[in-house]
Amino acid sequence: MSGLLMAEEIESKIVALKQEAKEVRKDDLTMIAKALSGHPGGSLSLVEILVSLFYGGVLRHDPKNPSFPDRDRLILSKGHGCPALYVMLAHRGYFPREALWTLRKLGSPLQGHPHRGLPGIESSSGSLGQGLSIATGIALAARLDQKSYRTYCILGDGEMDEGQIWESAMTAAHYSVDSLCAILDANGVQQNGPVKTIKNLEPIPDKWRSFGWHTIEVNGHRFAELLTAFEEAKNTKGKPTMIVARTVKGKGVSFMEGQSVWHGKAPNPEQLEQALKEIEAGDIGS
Amino acid sequence: MGGVSTVQSDKKATRDGFGEGLVELGRTRPEVVVLSGDLGDSTRAIWFQKEFPNRFFEVGIAEQDMIGMAAGFALSGKIPFACSFGVFVTGRAWEQIRTSVCNMNLNVKIGGSHCGISVGADGTTNEAMEDISIMRSQVHMTVLVPSDAIEAKRATLAAADISGPVYIRLGRNPAPIVTKKEDPFTVGKANLIRQGKDVSLFACGLMVYEAIQASELLAKEGIQARVVNMHTVKPVDREAIISACRDTGAIVTAEEHTVVGGFGSAVAEVVVEEFPVPMARIGIQDRIGESGEPDELFRAFHLTASDIAQAARSVIRKKKK
Repeated sequence: MSGLLMAEEIESKIVALKQEAKEVRKDDLTMIAKALSGHPGGSLSLVEILVSLFYGGVLRHDPKNPSFPDRDRLILSKGHGCPALYVMLAHRGYFPREALWTLRKLGSPLQGHPHRGLPGIESSSGSLGQGLSIATGIALAARLDQKSYRTYCILGDGEMDEGQIWESAMTAAHYSVDSLCAILDANGVQQNGPVKTIKNLEPIPDKWRSFGWHTIEVNGHRFAELLTAFEEAKNTKGKPTMIVARTVKGKGVSFMEGQSVWHGKAPNPEQLEQALKEIEAGDIGS
Repeated sequence: MGGVSTVQSDKKATRDGFGEGLVELGRTRPEVVVLSGDLGDSTRAIWFQKEFPNRFFEVGIAEQDMIGMAAGFALSGKIPFACSFGVFVTGRAWEQIRTSVCNMNLNVKIGGSHCGISVGADGTTNEAMEDISIMRSQVHMTVLVPSDAIEAKRATLAAADISGPVYIRLGRNPAPIVTKKEDPFTVGKANLIRQGKDVSLFACGLMVYEAIQASELLAKEGIQARVVNMHTVKPVDREAIISACRDTGAIVTAEEHTVVGGFGSAVAEVVVEEFPVPMARIGIQDRIGESGEPDELFRAFHLTASDIAQAARSVIRKKKK
């Protein structure tokens, strides 16, 4: 394939991914608005990461057979971002889209934070700091069984305050778990303010590099950068990979972007209408 | 169910029975893996490591990460045994056990050694005395407290057969053998050691030996004490407790553990709900541990056979009022 053709193919792929990202953002906010609670900021920052995984050909998965043994595993360690993951799973056919409107309701499998049992959810999560250890265990089990599946784990930057993150960072590097790829949704804002103010974590890439991880820094809203990084991770041997995805909390909605107040608050009907208009008119992804 | 147990003179630590159990599981159950928080020599996890190095994972001094990894192994079809001192693995990683293990009812087994004040010289930081309370509050968790090395091995093997999380409480010091290989061991089913009609002594762990000794002291006074080995604290054997209330009318519990929420509390919950009778709980009375020789500590903390016998006399008196 010539370079020109490849570029054209990526370009047409990105057009489709951008359209899907738009649909994810709209359903994400609509479901949170219907639930009257949830986490818009940290789910909107995740959208391009999730769309890359599920629509960009990164994840080996089968919505019709969600637990086939050789599937890639995805753990959403920053579990409060789950509305975006639920939308993604529904759009890919893991369960009907109508289920999205039951978010946070009594008896719904769409719990406020992910709970195992919903098709496509590998592990419960949402108590921050725990997902990377679980992912490491899964990846080591794959090695023991000589399985080829890869394990992905999405973390938040505020989550890195937790000591367990650094325990697992050391363990995964010690065991050279190269089938493990972590993605940091570095949106720069946590519940009570900017990460820099709560507790400065920079230089984040240097920290992971010094802990023995192959570290790639990308703009987490650009599909071309994300897809290239996932490919690089697949080709990295002897080390786990950390993709530091620089994102914007509340991405795509002007009044939510970068605002910690939108960490865990549902939009009212007027705010939702305004947000959906902005998302429709927006152009995120390239 | 034998009659009066003949206590043998040889001693062996329950952690040794655990280590033997792990090795046997290694041979018979290829899905068993062992994770260790840098104390494998103390917990005997290294006995497994020597024979099955590929299925042994050293995590370092990182109990929270160890429990999370164990959850990952369980999600992948393995039966992980996560091993450390009881105080660290149940205490520091309590919320990991809750959220990453018990909330999903995952098949994770936890071996906690150096429990109780029989740890001795190392003192309070290393002496788990709340582990039963905090593990039995976890949904789906089975809590096993073997009384000797024989029972510890059987508890370890039984844990692998249970689908779901299990905590096994283990001790450091060599302890008298109080069970026999031919005794039954069914999770959730207490073992009657000695029949009696005047009072019932329920014990777990090393206190089973003390309870047997207490029953002999009481027998000299003409008091017939029932002795029950409660190797499973959760699910607790309600029938054994109710029948003891009905038949003997007075209960004493004995644990090498805090009385706040522990084994005695588990028994008391059933007594109060089903058949209230006078009751006393022998155990650590809401205080921290300290250094010393194990037998000195047992005396200082009022965990001896004579303390149990005294409590028995007291509840019998209340019964006769």
